[in-house]
Amino acid sequence: MVCDSWKAKLDTYLDGELPEQELRAFDAHVRGCAPCAADALARVQIKRAIQVAGKRFTPSAEFRKKVRQSVAPTPQRRLRPGWIFTSALALVFVAAALTLTYWATESGRDQLIRNQVYSEIADLHVDSLASSSPVDVVSADRHTVKPWFQGKIPFAFDLPELQNTGFTLLGGRMAYLDQAPGAHLIYDVRKHHISVFVFQERLLPAGLGENSFLPMSLAFRMETWSQNGLRYFVIGDTGVSEIESLAKLFKGN
Amino acid sequence: MGMSGPAPQSDAFEALAMPLFDQLYNFAHWLTQNREEAEDLVQETYTKALKGFSSFQLGTNFRAWMYRILRNTFLTSRSGLAATSTVPLDTEVDGPVLAVENQTPEAILMQLSSSQLLQDAISALPVHFREILLLCEVEEMSYQEIAETLSIPMGTVMSRLARARKTLRDRLRPQFQEG
Ligand SMILES: [Zn+2]
Repeated sequence: MVCDSWKAKLDTYLDGELPEQELRAFDAHVRGCAPCAADALARVQIKRAIQVAGKRFTPSAEFRKKVRQSVAPTPQRRLRPGWIFTSALALVFVAAALTLTYWATESGRDQLIRNQVYSEIADLHVDSLASSSPVDVVSADRHTVKPWFQGKIPFAFDLPELQNTGFTLLGGRMAYLDQAPGAHLIYDVRKHHISVFVFQERLLPAGLGENSFLPMSLAFRMETWSQNGLRYFVIGDTGVSEIESLAKLFKGN
Repeated sequence: MGMSGPAPQSDAFEALAMPLFDQLYNFAHWLTQNREEAEDLVQETYTKALKGFSSFQLGTNFRAWMYRILRNTFLTSRSGLAATSTVPLDTEVDGPVLAVENQTPEAILMQLSSSQLLQDAISALPVHFREILLLCEVEEMSYQEIAETLSIPMGTVMSRLARARKTLRDRLRPQFQEG
């Protein structure tokens, strides 16, 4: 029967997968052949029935949420239990820094770079707050801490005399800001920790600002300036006056 | 900056992969025939795909890529191995199957008034027939896409699809017409 050869290709035809040439020949045949037309119609209906029956299972809303969360982009921060709170503080800081940019009039790119640096500094500060051993060299004596950094960082800096200032040096550790090695010093003032970071200015992005004081009303206050080729950041959750005072002690060197 | 923030790739992955979620789940449930296993399978698929997304070649078929991961994950799972071990495909040959059926499919249509009956018939199909039929009819994949998803040649897509359809039709045939 001539129709048998057509019927063998009927499904391929209905799947829309017959080559152009064959497709036209097939169309012509089906139009003139009642049995093939009936067969085609029945198969179309079966296809449709399978399509309906095949859409059978629906995922639950909770499961969708679970999978979405598992693939959603997450910040690449080193979160450990107990760090959540302090990291949240850092985010508040970043939000505050971003808000500030709308007030300023500099180029957006400079502000973006600056905010990235500031949030990185906030992160480093938060890391030390959350760490069980925040310093690598534990000493209140600047004459012990200063030499500890020698050979570890490619520059030298001076630590201020703290007598009768209310500040206590807790110690120091290495810090990296965008691959640039630097010093991280931690001070205590009335049970509050203040971090001082020192980096080489030339290794950091330009446009970080001179003596720019950021009046952070939220989590942290910070002051940053450049002096003798070194970039300083003083950051903490104390009042403005403590940050200013410690910054002044460093500037006075 | 050292502060890298969210990986940009992760954004792109979510945007591409989440719209496929319902379909992938449906397909997974058809394969596993079980809600818990289907959820595990889908979760594992998304985790693997996210991990391998950096190696995904832009310009190739993302949907086929996702289905392929899901299917390969299923086939290597315990229930996947169990499902395939019972139905060897060693008799499969490439090329169109000359499935000359004596009856027109019209008789089958009578059975389709019950969706449950059709669903049961699809469930009872060997897994390789079930998956290819679903990819073709439910996902409306082209033969090329099916070939990519199942990692088989086009000729095998056509012959396996024909055999799957014939098997389903045979099973849907009214009882009194059998034998
Ligand atoms: Zn005909």
